[in-house]
Amino acid sequence: MAVGELGPRVKDAGLAALVATALLLPILGMETVPGPDGRLTLDFHLHLVAIGALLVFAGRLALSLLLHGRALRPSGRAGAVAEFVSRHGTWFGLAGIAFALALPFLPFASRYTIDVATTIVIYVMLGWGLNIVVGLAGLLDLGYVAFYAVGAYSYALFAQWFGLGFWACLPIAGLLAATAGVLLGFPVLRLRGDYLAIVTLGFGEIIRLVLINWHEVTGGPNGIADIPRPSFFGFPFTRSPAEGETAFHELFGLEFSTLHRVIFLYYLALALALITNLFVLRIRKLPIGRAWEALREDEIACKALGINPTNTKLTAFALGAMFGGFAGSFFATRQGFISPESFTFIESAIILAIVVLGGMGSQIGVVLAAAVIVLLPEIGREFETYRMLIFGAAMVLIMIWRPRGLLAHREPTLTLAAARGGRR
Amino acid sequence: MSRPILEVLHLTMRFGGLVAVDDLTFTAYAEDVTAIIGPNGAGKTTVFNCLTGFYRPTAGQLTFHGHEGPVLLERLEGFRVPRHGLARTFQNIRLFGGMSVLENLVVAQHNELMRASGYTILGLFGAASYRRAEAEAVERARFWLERTGLIERADQPAGSLPYGEQRKLEIARALCTGPKLLCLDEPAAGLNPRETAELGELLLGLRDRHGVAVLLIEHDMSLVMRIADHIVVLDYGRKIADGPPERIKRDPAVIKAYLGETEEEELPPEVAADLAASGGG
Repeated sequence: MAVGELGPRVKDAGLAALVATALLLPILGMETVPGPDGRLTLDFHLHLVAIGALLVFAGRLALSLLLHGRALRPSGRAGAVAEFVSRHGTWFGLAGIAFALALPFLPFASRYTIDVATTIVIYVMLGWGLNIVVGLAGLLDLGYVAFYAVGAYSYALFAQWFGLGFWACLPIAGLLAATAGVLLGFPVLRLRGDYLAIVTLGFGEIIRLVLINWHEVTGGPNGIADIPRPSFFGFPFTRSPAEGETAFHELFGLEFSTLHRVIFLYYLALALALITNLFVLRIRKLPIGRAWEALREDEIACKALGINPTNTKLTAFALGAMFGGFAGSFFATRQGFISPESFTFIESAIILAIVVLGGMGSQIGVVLAAAVIVLLPEIGREFETYRMLIFGAAMVLIMIWRPRGLLAHREPTLTLAAARGGRR
Repeated sequence: MSRPILEVLHLTMRFGGLVAVDDLTFTAYAEDVTAIIGPNGAGKTTVFNCLTGFYRPTAGQLTFHGHEGPVLLERLEGFRVPRHGLARTFQNIRLFGGMSVLENLVVAQHNELMRASGYTILGLFGAASYRRAEAEAVERARFWLERTGLIERADQPAGSLPYGEQRKLEIARALCTGPKLLCLDEPAAGLNPRETAELGELLLGLRDRHGVAVLLIEHDMSLVMRIADHIVVLDYGRKIADGPPERIKRDPAVIKAYLGETEEEELPPEVAADLAASGGG
């Protein structure tokens, strides 16, 4: 490499070291210690600052020499991969479904892997639900967890008050969550972009605060315990069933194992997620789905074409919320216990991160992103303290590498080529 | 004279203290290409925005003879205007850039397709009636794509088209709503002379073969003089002239508005040449 190229790199590294010094001075360089008379005094550790700055200098220089200005840029090859994956989405989807179906019976499957897989599947479902609102309709919703909470609490309360089972509660939970979506939607949908995001953020917090403070109904911060666990269409997963009932293991003549319920929950989540996916795939090709995408691209043009923007946005909000509600009631039956603690803002942020990371509007992208987001902290469990640091750094790297999400390629919902082929 | 399609009576639009359109009255006819011309800031686009429900006029009556008989446009919400048969394009092109050309044209037929899909419910189950309706929508899109010469572009993202084709696509999209009157806001802006000539042919074809009346705002005088049957001239929100092109060309008020108070001898040579070219045609 030419020596001439070294100059600007050293300068760049020097600049990075300067910034590092400024940052490290208060973080590492100064320590408050109690003095002899009990007052706090400052201790200076300037050698630590110097070591830090030197490390940054060396690291930055090495990085720029090694990479030679190549990497850490949006990758073109990854774009081609994304295009390939979306073009053959059906095959990747089918392979994924086959893998998901076989998972509990694969040799490495344990209670832990199935549990983690169930969590991934729930997040996939939430991601697909939120994808309707954020990816297709382009409405930034920071309070999606509110609908998840509405679904969870409606299942818990209806089961407690009226003794309804999971399958009876599921549509009720979805309906109530959709209603919550419409109620939120009506006043706020005239807002756009950042303003809408702020209001939805507020709505998420309002629901959580109502759950905490409405003791009589929600049990306040104590939450609701003893939520009925799911049964296999009426056959419970217990070792010794009540009088006149048949347990799942008796029905199939199996040895009793607590794993049965875990596997059943996994398949239940998978079924719900696949229903969500099928729904979204179909609706994307219907007029309403195309109107959502058109609305995301240009609302004024939509109006000029006779599309009612309010109704169109409301349906997106309501349907997205409905799937959040379904996922919520599954969450309640899986945990057996819910409290407002489970529905904090960080949940909304994670679901949104899954959608954005996956590539707005991409179904397979959501699966990948959900797997990454759930697995990263699990893998990082050994490092405990650095877990969130690794998590954050990974997200930054992914966004540098693929700024529009892992799979950002969009396939048209209908093509003239296909229409021609169909006629022949 | 033929049937009126749009009657504008005493239209006034005020923004605070600014009077953008002041007591404008004119009529557009069903078998005509009507042009609204005027210097920059004369209030032309404001008239369009009042017609298409984007602004609520301060005063005035806008009668449109649409598919379901006469309607008062000033009482309609913006998104309800197109279904009466009035479509528009925008000065700064507004396409759905991430969607394909064909999708843009199918979205324009949203309301019919919504009905055909049983407001999504029938469509979810893949009802045959919906599939038929969708095939018809594609057929109509193909029809206008062929007329505008965009058929080869059908499956490309609209945002990737060159500027001139984007303009054409926006017109095709407006036509897919099945309008009786098409309002075009500076359709020739940014087009080269050949594209402008094609646009002129397209608009005349709409009038003559497809029975679509055209109302256009345009700065390209040679295009306006060639295709317009009727010209309305605005200046500072007021109508200063109204009539066939031959009369407008010789109207002293129009010449004054465009060229200021200066005597004709003192005109810069290129402006004088321009005027002679359009006036002599």
